[in-house]
Amino acid sequence: MKINWQLFKRVVNLLVILGVIIWSLEGMNINWERISRGIPSIGNIIKLMFPPDMSYFSRSLSAMMESIQIAVIGTTIAAVLAFPISFLSAAKIGVPFWVVFLAKQILNAIRTFPELILGIFFVASYGPGPLAGVMAIGINSIGMLGKLNSEIVETIDRGPIEALEASGSNRAEVFLYAIFPQVLPQFLATALYRFELNLRAATVLGLVGAGGIGVILLQSLQFRRWPIVGMSLLIIIVVVTIIDYSSAYIRKRIT
Amino acid sequence: MAKKTRTEAKKLTKVFWVDRLKKIGALAVIAIIYIWSARGVGFNLLEIFRELPSFFSLLGEMIPPNWAYSRRLINPLVETIQIAILGTFFGAILTIPLTLLAANNITRNKYIYFFAKGFMNIFRTIPELLYAAILVAGIGLGAFSGMLAITIFSIVVIAKLTSESLEAISYGPLEALQAVGGNKLEMIKYAVVPQILPAYTSYSLYVFEINIRVSTVLGLVGAGGIGVPLQTSLNLFRYQNASMIILVTFILVMAIDYASTKLREVLV
Repeated sequence: MKINWQLFKRVVNLLVILGVIIWSLEGMNINWERISRGIPSIGNIIKLMFPPDMSYFSRSLSAMMESIQIAVIGTTIAAVLAFPISFLSAAKIGVPFWVVFLAKQILNAIRTFPELILGIFFVASYGPGPLAGVMAIGINSIGMLGKLNSEIVETIDRGPIEALEASGSNRAEVFLYAIFPQVLPQFLATALYRFELNLRAATVLGLVGAGGIGVILLQSLQFRRWPIVGMSLLIIIVVVTIIDYSSAYIRKRIT
Repeated sequence: MAKKTRTEAKKLTKVFWVDRLKKIGALAVIAIIYIWSARGVGFNLLEIFRELPSFFSLLGEMIPPNWAYSRRLINPLVETIQIAILGTFFGAILTIPLTLLAANNITRNKYIYFFAKGFMNIFRTIPELLYAAILVAGIGLGAFSGMLAITIFSIVVIAKLTSESLEAISYGPLEALQAVGGNKLEMIKYAVVPQILPAYTSYSLYVFEINIRVSTVLGLVGAGGIGVPLQTSLNLFRYQNASMIILVTFILVMAIDYASTKLREVLV
């Protein structure tokens, strides 16, 4: 008998997935009763948020502005700190391989560290407020910016470097005239992309006391003031959408 | 000839000055944004450096991690994985109708298409943890709220990524089937699904990797997983327990990333 391996593999895959799902459902104690109660309550929450509390418009908006400010300053700190690391962690540009290895590992470690936990530490040491949020974002974003930027450095055009080297330029001149102008627009683009992510992070960081609109959300959720939650969410949706579109437009223009 | 050159030169000078004005304007806008932001957050290098030692001493208190505590972390760790698995699974299934509605080559009705795209884009602006915090307040503490939050996020993100791939499929196989008289169902089964399945699987795995990271911190807003003991340890200033949790989280995230990469090789 000829066995249909393709089908066999598919069935095994499916069985494994099914087994994992059942294990998870059992472990989390989820049954139809909970699901059938849970889904309508989502609709109920949305209903409770309407109409949004208009009297909270200006307070929510100014808290959202604080989130933007946290993201702007945090991203800038990260971009500045990530700049040297981007070159140290780039292979093929003459940095010793153990430095590259070490720098890459440090970037990986930073990247897996959740922003929110960093936020808690900075709130504990700097006190509650936007500065703790700035530091959390500033340190956490180094990981991703350093990684993406080092990949950009690794793919630069070597022509200009060789030309300058051939004409007897020193290393500083090679960096300044052959490497830096090539990577700058793309570095800016990655920083802008990270800014979009950080704006979302800055709306969440308030949940641990690190400033921004999350603070208002935390308070209104604690007291179940749903119309205020609705107002704040509305502002988050509108502002994040506007900033996403403008940032994407600028990114397209500069690269 | 000379006159032409002169007007040409004038035009060039004008272009030059307009360009320069644009650059100055952009720089001015950037400067204003920075001043506004720095003031808003109370940015102060002196303060940052003054408080850094207390940040590092806090980190110092976490060393060494409390190894004995790791035994009590197995259950929360398992719960973290289960939240991410179920959230991604339900998300990946429930995303299918939204994906189809948000692809302009499947959904010909302009209004439905724009509604689906808009729905997706609106819900994408809200971070997972906010969903979790809202659901915890509305439904109650626990892993179930965390799972629902991850489900909502997964639906939207997988739909966004997959619908874009769906819009870019090649029409050759579709036309071939049509030419040999295939009906709509056969066209989807033999021409659309095989083209879109690898992208769908790989995006689902990608979202699963994100979800594992999120489910490790869901507990900070009360939505279950390993973040719950983390929150407790931090509130009680048991920093050595906290560092043990963070260490375990690291290992989990790296292990899942590795497993997901392997799985991608098998499935895609």
